[in-house]
Amino acid sequence: MAIDKRVATAAAAMEDVGDGATVFITGFGGAGFANVLIRALCECGPRDLTLVVNSATHPASLTHELIAAGLVRKVIASAGRGRDPGLSVFETLLRDGKIEFECVPQGTFAERIRAGGAGIPAFFTPVGFGTDLTRGKETRQLAGRDCVLETAITGDLALVRADLADRYGNLVFKYAQMNFGPAMATAAKLTVAEVREARDEAIPPERVQVPGVFVDRVLAVGA
Amino acid sequence: MPGLNRNQMAWRAAQDIADGSVVNLGIGIPVLASDHLPAGRDVFFQSENGVIGVGPAAAADRIEPDLVDAGSRKITLRPGGCVIDSVWAFAMIRGGHIDVTILGGFEVAANGDFANWDSRIPNKGPLVGGAMDLAACARATWVIMEHNTRKGGPRLLAACTLPLTAMRCVSRVYTDIAVVDVTEAGFVARELVPDVSADDLRARTGAPIALAPDCRPLAAPALPA
Repeated sequence: MAIDKRVATAAAAMEDVGDGATVFITGFGGAGFANVLIRALCECGPRDLTLVVNSATHPASLTHELIAAGLVRKVIASAGRGRDPGLSVFETLLRDGKIEFECVPQGTFAERIRAGGAGIPAFFTPVGFGTDLTRGKETRQLAGRDCVLETAITGDLALVRADLADRYGNLVFKYAQMNFGPAMATAAKLTVAEVREARDEAIPPERVQVPGVFVDRVLAVGA
Repeated sequence: MPGLNRNQMAWRAAQDIADGSVVNLGIGIPVLASDHLPAGRDVFFQSENGVIGVGPAAAADRIEPDLVDAGSRKITLRPGGCVIDSVWAFAMIRGGHIDVTILGGFEVAANGDFANWDSRIPNKGPLVGGAMDLAACARATWVIMEHNTRKGGPRLLAACTLPLTAMRCVSRVYTDIAVVDVTEAGFVARELVPDVSADDLRARTGAPIALAPDCRPLAAPALPA
């Protein structure tokens, strides 16, 4: 059967997502948030989720809706602080001990996801050595520097925002939409992309930024 | 109190950015440095969200919604610029391809230890972003910060009191009253604003600080705060 990864509805994009899933969500710096898919996941309602997202509280991301709906057990992120002086939903739950948080330096965060998608279980890095964020981790001196052992992150679902897709799942991003998309697409068992436009014809090969091999479902959402 | 304002501190740091270098500027005062680069210096500013060659802010009628920097500012790309993904952006940072990062800070110790990510605000969630990666792996880490806290306490210390961002990484600090090098022998003031005496500087610094033999007056053009 001819490959066609396009799905017609947000509900179809979330089919078979279950409780306890580890979910990657793209977006950083105000670009590349998979907000249609986040809302679809919210409506689908799986519980005990672990979110792997750069910021737990970015105002342009709907991640907070998942957290406010009580679907999230843990967040792995490089940022957990809201911009407002008051407390975000996430910060309130964190204060009350009702949500777990793992704060990770952003490059280590990216590399742990990359490693997960590339079949590398762990790696050493000097980043974070001697800080609160790596307390208790295995250390080793390598290439003249003190390093800490960081483990890969793999997951069940990746929600990726891109600009353009084709029926094969190939993706093209616009500017800074790309951020964590390519890495997250490789590290999840099920990768779903929301795009402005999903074409029947193939994207020219030299333009493809994520090969469709890493993408399972595509949902066209318009601008 | 005499001293440089935010734009003047950023201006002073910008004067030290070498022609042809690759630079990452932190959120807050450091990002202002790109507006004050001396004419004729061809520099690539990297932003950790993957923008290589950050240009000036986008004019209101020229905004591309997805062309933003790590601080969510709507920006332009300079000629020769491009956008890459986060893994590649951090390979650039962690692989030692950034010549200098200029970061905001809370505290710097005399051995170069650096604290800039956790000021222990009660109940607010932690936010580290790319600070640890930049401070640990850029070829040089410079810090722009007020010389003293709002309560008047020193930010240049014998040892940091706040959680560390990285150990032994800072080589230079630009404050509102001085330009300070972090050397094997501790803090050395290279420039000092004329209204502050050596004794005042020592009183406002939380560790021994020497004046360089060629210590010069710290001055900046008039700039809006």
